[in-house]
Amino acid sequence: MAAETKIDPMHQFQIDPLVGGLEGPFAFTNSALWMLIVLAAIWLFMMGGMKRQLVPGRWQMAVEGVTGFITSMLATNVGPEGRKYVPWVFTVFMFVLIANLMGMMPFGVVPGVHAFTVTSQFTVTGILAVISFAIVLIVGFWKHGFHFFSLFIPHGTPKPLLPLIFLIELLSFMVRPFSLALRLFVAMIAGHILMKVFGSFIVSGLNADGVMGPAISLLSFAFIIGVSALELLVCAIQAYVFALLTSLYINDAVNLH
Amino acid sequence: MDLEAAKVIGAGLAAIGVGTAAIGVGIVFGSFLESALRNPAAADSQQGRLFIGFAAAELLGLIAFAVAMIILYAV
Repeated sequence: MAAETKIDPMHQFQIDPLVGGLEGPFAFTNSALWMLIVLAAIWLFMMGGMKRQLVPGRWQMAVEGVTGFITSMLATNVGPEGRKYVPWVFTVFMFVLIANLMGMMPFGVVPGVHAFTVTSQFTVTGILAVISFAIVLIVGFWKHGFHFFSLFIPHGTPKPLLPLIFLIELLSFMVRPFSLALRLFVAMIAGHILMKVFGSFIVSGLNADGVMGPAISLLSFAFIIGVSALELLVCAIQAYVFALLTSLYINDAVNLH
Repeated sequence: MDLEAAKVIGAGLAAIGVGTAAIGVGIVFGSFLESALRNPAAADSQQGRLFIGFAAAELLGLIAFAVAMIILYAV
């Protein structure tokens, strides 16, 4: 037997048009569909909890927990002025978190349904990072004018080192949107490839002859349960890190140093 | 050397970076725990910095992974 099962771990990231083709200005792809599903999930979650009851129920407590978490994150990192930026940081946190989790859900057990991780596309995470970066730039120049450039000169820099430090700080500032987007995108890609590779080990182990095949299958299955738990943790951590770094960058723009 | 073989070897070498990032992440969390157990009262206030350090260490490993993937699939 030993059927050659070649399972391509990159296939899950492929964008397929659901209606019509990829040509034309608007193409409804699986990526767009899953973004809408994520939005619907967030909308349901928020609508269920925004009843403003005096004595909150469980659902309202869950929603208030998340909003309170973001509000306190901005309060500690930015200060009292951070409240203005709660909507954006909350949006990005919820979108990234739910998109990450949606990609991990075992929708594949339903025939014909393929879960698609929206955040495994560099364009999506890139746009989120660019919006965060744009907010930092706009707020920075709006509040401080050209004084914003003093962000690139730390206090107490010796005069001879000024040009070099300025260049390095400018570079590290400009690289921020890339690092922000790349971190999320690669973390998601890496986790999903790992899962698919070990998933393919299970399948090819079952197809193989002898005792070793099923044994390897069983080992891979045990491993993949652990990896799934780790991936759920990574989903939450990446969303948290994205929101945390966004609030830190906003702090730079609001308070300079 | 065959190009295909060189690609695979290069991707394997790039994967070393992922392992070194694992050491970095371990150091970040290890030192956090070490100092948090010495002064548990101050631990909660440093959690943000913990995750910044974690994110920075992790990013470099992820870049190594991205390089390996580019070598394998994109070059």
